[in-house]
Amino acid sequence: MKIKALSAPYILWMALFVAAPIVLITVYAFTTSSGEFTLNNFSRMGSYLPVFGRSFLLALIATVICLLLGYPLSYILSRESPRFQQIALMLIMLPMWMNYLLRTYAWLSILENTGLLNRLLSALHLPTLNIINTPSAVVLGMVYNFLPFMVLPIYSVITKIDRSLIEAAQDLGAPPANVFRRVIFPLSLPGVLSGITMVFVPAVSTFVISQLLGGSKSMLLGDLIEMQFLGTAYNPHLGSAIALVMMIIVLVCMLVMNRFGQGEEQAVIL
Amino acid sequence: MKKITALLIITVMILTLAASGCKGKIDYIGEVNVCNWGEYIDESIFDDFEKETHIKINYSTVQNNEALYSLLKSGGSDYDVIIPSDYLISRLIEEDMLEKLDFSAIPNYSLIGDEYKNLEYDPTGEYSVAYMWGTVGIIYNTTMIDEKITSWGALFDPAYAGNILMIDNPRDAIGIALKYLGYSLNTTDEGELREAYDLLEQQKPLLQGYVMDQVFNKMEGGEAAISVYYAGDFITMHDNNEDLAFVQPEEGANWFVDAMCIPKGSDNKENAEAFINFICRTDIAVRNMDVTGYVTANTEAAEEYSEELDDYSYSVLFPSEEFLSKCEVFLNLPHDILNLYDELWVQLKA
Amino acid sequence: MKKVSLVSRLFTALIFLFLYVPIFVLIAFSFNNSKSRTVWAGFTLKWYPQLIHNDTIMSSVYTTLLVSVIAALVATVFGTMAALGFFSMKKRWRAPLLAVNNIPVMNADIVTGVSLCLLFVFASSLFHFNLGFGTLLIAHITFDIPYVILSVMPKLYQLDHNLVDAAQDLGCTWTQAFFKVVVPQIMPGIVNGMLIAFTMSIDDFIISYFTAGSHGVKTLSMTIYAMTRKRVTPEINAVSSLLFITVLFLLIVLNVREIRQEEKLKRAARLQK
Repeated sequence: MKIKALSAPYILWMALFVAAPIVLITVYAFTTSSGEFTLNNFSRMGSYLPVFGRSFLLALIATVICLLLGYPLSYILSRESPRFQQIALMLIMLPMWMNYLLRTYAWLSILENTGLLNRLLSALHLPTLNIINTPSAVVLGMVYNFLPFMVLPIYSVITKIDRSLIEAAQDLGAPPANVFRRVIFPLSLPGVLSGITMVFVPAVSTFVISQLLGGSKSMLLGDLIEMQFLGTAYNPHLGSAIALVMMIIVLVCMLVMNRFGQGEEQAVIL
Repeated sequence: MKKITALLIITVMILTLAASGCKGKIDYIGEVNVCNWGEYIDESIFDDFEKETHIKINYSTVQNNEALYSLLKSGGSDYDVIIPSDYLISRLIEEDMLEKLDFSAIPNYSLIGDEYKNLEYDPTGEYSVAYMWGTVGIIYNTTMIDEKITSWGALFDPAYAGNILMIDNPRDAIGIALKYLGYSLNTTDEGELREAYDLLEQQKPLLQGYVMDQVFNKMEGGEAAISVYYAGDFITMHDNNEDLAFVQPEEGANWFVDAMCIPKGSDNKENAEAFINFICRTDIAVRNMDVTGYVTANTEAAEEYSEELDDYSYSVLFPSEEFLSKCEVFLNLPHDILNLYDELWVQLKA
Repeated sequence: MKKVSLVSRLFTALIFLFLYVPIFVLIAFSFNNSKSRTVWAGFTLKWYPQLIHNDTIMSSVYTTLLVSVIAALVATVFGTMAALGFFSMKKRWRAPLLAVNNIPVMNADIVTGVSLCLLFVFASSLFHFNLGFGTLLIAHITFDIPYVILSVMPKLYQLDHNLVDAAQDLGCTWTQAFFKVVVPQIMPGIVNGMLIAFTMSIDDFIISYFTAGSHGVKTLSMTIYAMTRKRVTPEINAVSSLLFITVLFLLIVLNVREIRQEEKLKRAARLQK
């Protein structure tokens, strides 16, 4: 049918701007600057294992915190009045529309040694906290930036759960805890998986948060890759290799997660 | 449909607002892409340049020489004027990445002091025009540190743990460690370099962070007690916080010159030369010095500026002969040593 | 409705506080009569006019808006077309195409940015063009379209075929049936897709950073990034306040319209009784 042809321009676009760059990255990852094949880039990555480890650990912690905060929030919101829900959603989305860098920068005023938090604590004669320039500040930055990405998919799925299922369970005599455990939670899993993906992937690859809040001391994968392309150590081949590995690891993680979930709903974003 | 209409209306409103705030009154005959360091120029001179020459300036900044090198090498950028430091210039000349300058288009070159011409990094003097020069030193907050600081060792002192800011570029950082250990800034001895690396590695847990221009806010705000940066920047910081003091360490430091060059393949070479010529003008040089704190290579301007300075600032910006004799200029290093620097630096930060 | 416990209310309030305190701090310090971001030195409005006169910031606001609007529009058109095309394909073809389509969504921003950077640099050495607004726009369109498709496809699945058949039975040509039945049905998906694409473009930093080149084409995120690496002035806070107010205004307008529409429907329903 003629409709199929409508997608032709995009297929061409994808080939050029989605597939080709990935091929390019793969080629660069396996070559040296003079164009010969090499596995050197990958073996050099061995010395950067701490960076990989740190990125995945911090991203994992941030994701878990987002889940622990985001799931209850979504659940609570889903039971509020529709007007409240609408306003609440608006309020959650608003920071997302404000610039990501600004949101991160905002924490400097609060967390610095001479910042507002410490001033408040000193005024109350409490010990000051040295959060800035530590990995904790980086995790805080990640949670702050990506929490809405966890809340929205979960909320979206929970509100779509068929009310009749919940009512049926209650009619059959199930206590609220069981209703949650057996009906609501399993049905909300696609949203949870979506949320985890949307938090973990950017968290593992961010590079601004660690510079602004971490004092450039805890290098993350994003910083490492950026250094190889536009930063202090120019080696696009090494950078491509790292990017490729990161891409594959993330892909594997997501395939694993999809095994756990039902996997059909792709559009659980908004 | 209503959603889209509302969105479109508001966007159009914002666009027109933003556009009306933009300059559009000058008819440009060309443009020039300039890449400089942060806080290293008086940006109000751009208006003057554009009004006089009708050439639009696209200005961007970069944090350190290595990042500039990456940008030039990756080919994704095309600056017309760059202002690298001495050692990067010699590397760029070696790798044939600079255009030879047409000095007939830069008559104000005569205003540059002879002591800044044909230096070791550009012996034939065909590729660069000196812009500013200075030294690196320790900056510390006298209300937070009681002792008088005299040596690079203070940066490695566990007594100041959590309050030390280290400079965020490989040659300056490794260079400081080398100087403290008594070696040359330009050593090619791998053993010495690894010793310097070990020192930096020990320092890392004591640090508050690695910074470049972020140091301004941090030192002025009293966020950290001790850091290292360039003399001219100290003058600016001192203006904003008089508790800060500058130290010319007893082991000596790095004396640097930053010079204007034109990367190879620039599309706007004449515009670039016009810009360079403009910067060399005495009145422009004075304005740049007033805003940045550094000293230019323009002899007349430097004299004028030095007369305005108080004794303390003068001693910071114009070091004694004795101190200068202990300073070294960065030279370009052989390829394998540069690779070692890269490797060590990434390892340190990782 | 069910009663929501005090604990839940408190929890919700705390989270919203967490989300908004930094923003309010930013806004508050935009009125600070000193450059410090931690010490309050009195009230002033001077940073706002200074911001308006800051050409770099204003031109990057303009660039950001321009890129986001164009990219969102182009992405919506091409994305909807593509969604329709994919929808009418056999599963054998559709599945792999959708998988490739998902790559920019699944991939970390930095991988997309770096890979596009490599592509553009590689192409620029062959075709002699410079990275700039063009490459920035291409990059934005590339990561916007998948969101449009992901938003439109579910609506296509929900489409009731009977309606299209009915329209044709009643004498519409295929094209008429398409525009009068299909398009209105999937319109919420299209609009949503466009809004998401626009949001993604406005907020993007990493991909823009790697694909905008050096000709002075800067998005707002890139300018802010450059500002945070230098000495920061409260102009950055002023930018935040203005952004916040604009976005708040936009969201209120959008939501008020929705509420008004709901009221209209409710009134109409009541009248019918």
